[in-house]
Amino acid sequence: MQNITEKRYTDGRPNLRRFHQAKWDEPIIFELSNPGERGILPPAVEDGIRDAVGNVASALPDMLRRKTPLDLPEMAQPQVVRHYMRLSQENLGLDLNIDIGQGTCTMKYSPKINEQLARTPQITELHPLQPEETVQGILEIMYKFEQILKEISGLDRFSLQLGAGSAAIYAAASIIRAYHAARGDTGQRDEIITTIFSHPSDAACAKTAGFNVITLYPDDDGYPDLNALKEAVSERTAGLMTANPEDTGIFNPRIAKFVDVVHKAGGLCFYDQANANGVLGITRAREAGFDLCHFNLHKTFSTPHGCGGPGAGALGVIEALSPFLPTPLVAYAGNRYYLDHNRPQSIGKVRAFYGVVPAVLKAYAWVMSLGAEGLKEVSKTAVLNNNYLLKKMLEIPGVSAPYAKGKRRIEQVRYSWEKLCKETGVHSEEIGLRAADFGVHYWTSHHPFIVPEPCTLEPTESFSKADLDEYVEILKHVAHEAYTDSDRVKTAPHNSTVHRTDQAPFDDPSQWAITWRAYLKKTERDKKG
Amino acid sequence: MSENRAIVYPYIPNSVPRVKQEMLKGVGARSEEDFYEDVPEALRLKKPLNLPESLLSECALKRHVEGILSRNRTCQECLSFLGAGCYQHHVPAVCDEINQRSEFLTAYAGEPYDDHGRFQALFEYASMMGELLNMDVVNVPTYDGLQAAATSVRMAARITGRQEALIVKTIHPAVLSKIRDYCAPNLQIRLLDYDAKTGQIDLSALQAAISSKTAAVYFENPSHLGSLEAQGDEIAEIIHDHGGICVVGVDPISLGVMAPPVDYGADIVCGDIQSLGMHMQFGGGHAGFIATRDEEKYVMEYPSRLFGIAPTSVEGEYGFGDVAYERTSFAEREEGKEFVGTASALWGITAGVYLALMGPQGMQELGEGVMQRAKYLMAKLSKIDGVKAPIFAAPHFKEFGVNFDGTGKAVAEINAALLNYKIFGGKSLTSEFPELGESALYCVTEVHTKADLDRLVDALTEVVS
Repeated sequence: MQNITEKRYTDGRPNLRRFHQAKWDEPIIFELSNPGERGILPPAVEDGIRDAVGNVASALPDMLRRKTPLDLPEMAQPQVVRHYMRLSQENLGLDLNIDIGQGTCTMKYSPKINEQLARTPQITELHPLQPEETVQGILEIMYKFEQILKEISGLDRFSLQLGAGSAAIYAAASIIRAYHAARGDTGQRDEIITTIFSHPSDAACAKTAGFNVITLYPDDDGYPDLNALKEAVSERTAGLMTANPEDTGIFNPRIAKFVDVVHKAGGLCFYDQANANGVLGITRAREAGFDLCHFNLHKTFSTPHGCGGPGAGALGVIEALSPFLPTPLVAYAGNRYYLDHNRPQSIGKVRAFYGVVPAVLKAYAWVMSLGAEGLKEVSKTAVLNNNYLLKKMLEIPGVSAPYAKGKRRIEQVRYSWEKLCKETGVHSEEIGLRAADFGVHYWTSHHPFIVPEPCTLEPTESFSKADLDEYVEILKHVAHEAYTDSDRVKTAPHNSTVHRTDQAPFDDPSQWAITWRAYLKKTERDKKG
Repeated sequence: MSENRAIVYPYIPNSVPRVKQEMLKGVGARSEEDFYEDVPEALRLKKPLNLPESLLSECALKRHVEGILSRNRTCQECLSFLGAGCYQHHVPAVCDEINQRSEFLTAYAGEPYDDHGRFQALFEYASMMGELLNMDVVNVPTYDGLQAAATSVRMAARITGRQEALIVKTIHPAVLSKIRDYCAPNLQIRLLDYDAKTGQIDLSALQAAISSKTAAVYFENPSHLGSLEAQGDEIAEIIHDHGGICVVGVDPISLGVMAPPVDYGADIVCGDIQSLGMHMQFGGGHAGFIATRDEEKYVMEYPSRLFGIAPTSVEGEYGFGDVAYERTSFAEREEGKEFVGTASALWGITAGVYLALMGPQGMQELGEGVMQRAKYLMAKLSKIDGVKAPIFAAPHFKEFGVNFDGTGKAVAEINAALLNYKIFGGKSLTSEFPELGESALYCVTEVHTKADLDRLVDALTEVVS
């Protein structure tokens, strides 16, 4: 087929980019080692110390002394920098691509000023155990951010200690367990109910916290099934843990009723608000009756995703559950901020010290840059972008948006390429590999694939109309290729850093290699190639 | 006029009214309200959120945040001897340079084909940690050392099919708290005494407590109280004789000079990598590692991502991917191992940069230097009337307990006085380890000069006299 990307439009229509991912053929870092080179020198011990104590390490008991040679790479500093710069170029961050293909993850712009603020010594050089009078500034920011989250959710108290979303979900399950235990209900209430289009962590964390999991599927209209919930609740119900809107972008209009049914059965209700980006200032956990909720600061609140963290989670609860929150909490005594450690019913420490504090700082700065009106603008724009994209996507042959047909969606949509796959044999994953050739990221969805051949797109407020048009143009082009030249799609990526990787070793214990040393052993290669 | 104009937000391109109208028209909506048709009226927020007034200009925002932060006093302004899980090591500039690269900082969960760089950098991180730890399997970082310890214990329970863990009392209290919460559903936690003289494990207590029900014994080396555990091989042997798993928490920066725990018999090794190139960030720089041998029964119990290397369709090219993905909750929801999600990948990449810069010689020199400085300080402190350092008769790495009982002064009082000298004294142990009397945990790293150490000694001499 003709190479459509050679055609350049000048009339405002989006051009497909003649993108090529950086390809450095960068060796594994051990292959770059050159014995004797140094990347950095630790400060030398002064003579006065050396003379006084001698060589302490060599006096260690034999068992404690390292005898296994330490085979780290030996590299000069410019070579280390160059290696990692090249690897960074072989990576597509949000700052480079139209990152709407990672639905459920709320990929949005992380303002540079917030990053700059979080990298000042006023926060980077703070030890978490310093006297409280020396950390009043950072405590103030943590306290003020908690007040902001209380207003956004309507709940009464927040812990900012959670490592990320799943950690917050686990802590919520742990609090549900502690609440029932405190009432003497231990053992009896051992079931958590969730929905299939809630994040997998709602089910997995509940199970890890010791609960049996009941998963509800959508009803005929594509909404969470109220009748199924009514049948699921019993004296064994510990709680409901559900996302809303769900990962399909569908808002459960009967959410308050869901909460009511679970409350009447004696359970608690946790609102997974990983998908809050479309509802800031629109609707809150409080009005829907929830007892607990969480936010992902690295999603809704703009802190960067860092290749998979550090993110940060915030877990909010109603007053009655606040004694169970992780310890410590930040409190204010009228003239000073302090850390309240005296919390006997707390589930304890969930993350080192007070959580990912720089992420809290960035999230605080983000909210302050927007205010109440700006936050609502974020949500309204994210929702507008999503519904704009939905309309355009449905114009592509082979695409559908299962469930709640004809309805608007909130901030994301789980699409299906089922029709295209049936007609062309091209799978969703392959569409993603081909889309990578045009410089964008694309993801299918979480397992199991209830929606056949899924892809989940979430065009947050960070993306312009032109960005959305370009993304759709790429998928339209790939879909067209699927119908006319499916091999082109099935052999993609063509412009990526690497070619198709042999997947077999990853599930074969005799071949998988999780470290370089394991790889060398299993392939019987010498250390230096 | 200007006050009626809609605000155009720099982070929101489609906040331009003209564009918005065009898009609304394109989808047949009157306003964004149409998109919320599924949100019942009763759940609608009727009033604007009551939030502080926005600081629309970057200039005003910067001034506001910096104004608040200026109320902090940092470990650059004061001389700090705090450790206890968060450490002031030197952070090479290259570490910051790499982890602020947009390509890494703003990426998330890309596939190996668009995020090859992240897969390779994290594979290399695991590989360098593998050298440090002398182990063949290291995970993509979990949240922190707390989570790593708790998951290690649960892994041991799944591997052995047993439901009891023995934890040595010298454990970091936060790690213990995490283990209690995280292991509560299916594990009994029993505490093991330590030897009051050495701070090391009381082997007779271990012998008495261990049984065929014991899934794991967990200890830290160095312990939270600073003493090094010199009986590792005996402990591991006792554990193995009972069919249990030896789990050791370790400070990875000690391993340039100290033996990796696997060398004395550990089966699962875990810890925190904050020491390896992360700023303290008020406790926000943590990430956890778990390492094991390359045995299927261990590998299949990890909840974390494990990145592997594999050939591609082009000879000699390296590709990457997820090893045994079906273990994870991403693949199997509640049937996966524990759960997996966003954790601390960027700090893993950074720790890789750190280890590549340091190399074998750097790690060794750093370890030796830290031990010399600590030893020097212990010797000087113990010359002060009424001060005992270290508390335990054992070798130490960078932390050690200091007892002030003989001075008649409380740690709180001493630390308050040290602050007048712009010194952050060691972490008080009085509430968590009351059996140690008025004691504090002091930490020394390579950032401390002889003058720093002498300054502390002079100040303390004045304070306790």
